[in-house]
Amino acid sequence: MNLNRLQNKLIASARANPPGDRVPYAFEKRVMARLTGIQPLDQWTLWSQALWRAAVPCLLLCVALAVWSLTTSFGIETDLASAFEQSVFAPLETVQLAEGW
Amino acid sequence: MEPTDAELIRAVLDGDRESFEPLVRRYQARVFATARRYARREDEIEDIVQEVFAKAFQKLASFRGEAPFEHWLMRLSVRTCYDFLRQHQRNRENTFSDLSSTESDWLDRFVSDPDDADERAEAARKLVERLMSHLSPPARLVITLLEIEERSVKEIAKLTGWSVPLVKVRAFRARAEMRKWLSRVARDKYL
Repeated sequence: MNLNRLQNKLIASARANPPGDRVPYAFEKRVMARLTGIQPLDQWTLWSQALWRAAVPCLLLCVALAVWSLTTSFGIETDLASAFEQSVFAPLETVQLAEGW
Repeated sequence: MEPTDAELIRAVLDGDRESFEPLVRRYQARVFATARRYARREDEIEDIVQEVFAKAFQKLASFRGEAPFEHWLMRLSVRTCYDFLRQHQRNRENTFSDLSSTESDWLDRFVSDPDDADERAEAARKLVERLMSHLSPPARLVITLLEIEERSVKEIAKLTGWSVPLVKVRAFRARAEMRKWLSRVARDKYL
């Protein structure tokens, strides 16, 4: 069986038979009845909902980064300290060298 | 003269709930047609359409009016249908063992002469429906939008909220999934 051909044939069949768009009688009344008690949300509520939803992943990311930085920083702490010291005293060393000349 | 969509939306946002009814009446046929692509039972279809309009009513403030209301509503419809597929994915069929006699005849006709099998036949339509019900939710959505409704990748990205590369990846996987099911039909029936 040619599966490519069968697939194309079935897709063509789906295109040739689009679903109907008939609507049950007075469906809009049912929709409006369902909307009773539902309030349209204003712009600020929508924003706050989105921000609350984003808060959990952001918090998790913060925790993960904190854990990662704590676990990896012990080894390079001394290196950082000496590098900082070197950069702070570098101008003094050049002055001393210049005075020596 | 009938009020425009923008006028009705403004009225709803100003507190006149009844102005939402003409919007429902105007677009419900399109939403029904969309929902019928993803659900089979009429009660499920009605639930989806009600859900779409409930969401539209609640989120109406987020409609900025840059594109037509219909496009915004269609995006909402497609996403609601996708949620429906994901919620019902456990009910997906796993076998192709119970082909009806007309479906089986149509396949026989296709095997003997592919041109002889009419794609407008009811059996072909049923077979596609059955095939689609086996696909995973993303595969079904992508095949429907890309292959059946012949939309572009960009349009699908806008409708679904997926990125363009994700649509392409899912389309590739969906075709492979469809091919897998078709080969299973062929194996079960002819081997």
